[in-house]
Amino acid sequence: MKRTLALILLVTTSTILCASSDSIKTILEVGPEGKGNSKAAEAWSKITENADVNSLIMVFDAMDEAGPIASNWLRSAAEVIAKNLEKSGQTAIDPLGEYFMDQSHPPKARRFAFELIRKNEPTTAKTLIPGLLNDPSPELRRDAVSLLINQASSLKKEGNKSAAILIYRQALNSAVEENQVKPISKALKELGVEVDLPKHFGFLMRWKVIGPFDNTDRKGFDAIFPPEEEIDFSAKYKGKEKEAAWAPLASSDSLGKIDLNKPFGMLKETTAYAYTEFESKSSRTAELRLGCKNAWKIWVNGKFIFGRDEYHRGQRIDQYKLNIQLEEGKNTILVKACQNEQTEEWTVQWEFQLRVCDESGVAILASNRKPTPQSEKQTRRPRRSNS
Amino acid sequence: MKTLLNLLTTLSLFSSVELLNAEDWLQFRGTDHRGISDSSDLPTSISGEKNITWKKSLPGRGLSSPIIIGDQIFLTAASTTDQSRLHIICFDSNDGKTQWSREFWATGRTICHEKTCVAAPTPASDGKHIYALYSSNDLICLDLNGNLKWMRALMQDYPNASNSLGLASSPIIVSDTLIVQVENDSESFAAGINLNNGTNIWKFPRTKKANWTSPIKVGENVVAIQGSEGVSAIEASTGEILWSYGEGASTIPSSVASKDGSTLFIPSNGMTALKPRQDNNTPEILWQEPQLRPGTASPIIVDDKIFVINRAGVLNAAKKDTGERLWRLRLEGPFSGSPVACKGHIYIASERKGLLQSVDLSGEEGKITGKIELGETILGTPAIANDSLYVRSDHHIWKISNPK
Repeated sequence: MKRTLALILLVTTSTILCASSDSIKTILEVGPEGKGNSKAAEAWSKITENADVNSLIMVFDAMDEAGPIASNWLRSAAEVIAKNLEKSGQTAIDPLGEYFMDQSHPPKARRFAFELIRKNEPTTAKTLIPGLLNDPSPELRRDAVSLLINQASSLKKEGNKSAAILIYRQALNSAVEENQVKPISKALKELGVEVDLPKHFGFLMRWKVIGPFDNTDRKGFDAIFPPEEEIDFSAKYKGKEKEAAWAPLASSDSLGKIDLNKPFGMLKETTAYAYTEFESKSSRTAELRLGCKNAWKIWVNGKFIFGRDEYHRGQRIDQYKLNIQLEEGKNTILVKACQNEQTEEWTVQWEFQLRVCDESGVAILASNRKPTPQSEKQTRRPRRSNS
Repeated sequence: MKTLLNLLTTLSLFSSVELLNAEDWLQFRGTDHRGISDSSDLPTSISGEKNITWKKSLPGRGLSSPIIIGDQIFLTAASTTDQSRLHIICFDSNDGKTQWSREFWATGRTICHEKTCVAAPTPASDGKHIYALYSSNDLICLDLNGNLKWMRALMQDYPNASNSLGLASSPIIVSDTLIVQVENDSESFAAGINLNNGTNIWKFPRTKKANWTSPIKVGENVVAIQGSEGVSAIEASTGEILWSYGEGASTIPSSVASKDGSTLFIPSNGMTALKPRQDNNTPEILWQEPQLRPGTASPIIVDDKIFVINRAGVLNAAKKDTGERLWRLRLEGPFSGSPVACKGHIYIASERKGLLQSVDLSGEEGKITGKIELGETILGTPAIANDSLYVRSDHHIWKISNPK
């Protein structure tokens, strides 16, 4: 009788796993513009029905090879399976823990696994947090950094300056998000420690710039000016109402802003280019993260990466995340930034901030990186040009 | 034969209102986008002591309105520091308990102006499914039990279809088609989406200009989409443009149609009343009133009057047929959400302190009849169903109703 029951259980489990495997494959095939949605819905339904712990882990594992849309389908299936398991009193803590501990899995999926663990084992989750300081998942390391910020803040209030500085610095070493880095930097400054924020974030601070080229009627965004065809620092071109020549531009802005109004004057309906070289220690994938409220285009090693023709709708650090491939040695980065015709006070900015980092947001510093330029005493904007 | 005809008529009527309850509030500003409930009984003089039936916490921010189907309330939200976690929550309208909740990852950019957020568009429903759109351009279809039916990542499909201030246009359902309006400075489009599988039925480019207005239904198979250039009437099932009004229109408050759909009131040159023609030629302008200029809130039609709240928070009443201004009443603003109405009263919540106000419209002049200070910033539009008003903030949802 026992053998029969065991056999039935084995067959049932195998059937569920087989069905889950087929269904997962179907979900992984969802494509753009709704392709595969109907089949994915059937598959989602099959996966979530009568699923066991093994099915849950299969769904998590499948996220390794899933694109953004399929990942969301799988996440939703995992969420429902986990809730059903919880209702039936089954626990998946052990396999979810294994999944969470393996940093080769996608950061977002590991964070989700952590949240499921935390829901059932809050004390264990709390104990795990300090060990997540350098986790590939920004969300996981954020929790660990928060703990350190709180500890350092308490030490600062108690007047234990040395200990507070140490803890803040440890927090800073792991912090990747502006809303954590800036308060840490501010607190350290109050304690007498200056933080090199551009270096911390990996902002590119030294450029060669050329302009102004035309952007009347916003046509400069699509127009191909000479820097898109050749990089020749000795060349001079016909620009908008004046000659355009390359000139160095270094920024000392704490958040890496490259202000094109400084070299060119506060022009309107104009286009400029900025070029820099990034020496990479190895061939690797990386992210370019851009903040810009002007229209822009970016090329890396001569290859067009992305462009966007939106003006003055907002700017923030890491506004755009662009996947790139860095080659070992020299890499070229060309940015095109267009200013439009608007004259309101909030449309003055003609600038961008660009950094190189890994998927977690940790800065990748170039081997040819020079010290961050020191801030100038006079940082006033130039007068508005008459042109 | 007569009996058979009667039966067929009854069946036909039944099929046209299939599963839809008169009390349901299925989209932004209600099932017909007019912001009016004809059948609910709401408190006409609201007060915090008497009328807050329940208040529940939310897992994330949002200014989308709740939608209501039977006893179920559906609401979207976005959480985490970068608002990259998308939520859909289903509450039981009776006690506010969560029936189910689902989370998704945002696949598009989540940058927004601080006054809006990723969960800005109000979901739409056909009474059987929920269609939730976010500023990240993730479009998600669930059934009423929270089962995932399809998903679109519109910013993956159209990488420049985003607005760095945030998108807010709410999708609507007309003629079994989900109408989605995604307009920004870079890659703008309108699309008709298949309710069953999320694929495009039609899609065409729109003016490259940021626009936060929502489409509205103006006929059985006709939807009006508004933008900086004006308003176009589109055949919902095909995307064919039927007629256009090109005198410009606001990009924040949306238009409203008369109950029979014969007149369209557009935030254009103040307010413009437009009468579409049978032959789809350029519509007739019935009146234009520059003094009726809405701020952020969309206008509302109650009986024979149009009501417009201007940027100063003043409620302006005018004759619907002529635009003749009747009276003004200063409310306690400012307002980002739009007013809703029920049985001769308007309800609207202010941004600061979330001051929910009820206004009696039945007299010679408007009169504020009650206030509830909810104590949180309210940027969304309330919803009405089941003799109750539902209001949400970044942190809570409230049910406001008469005590039982």
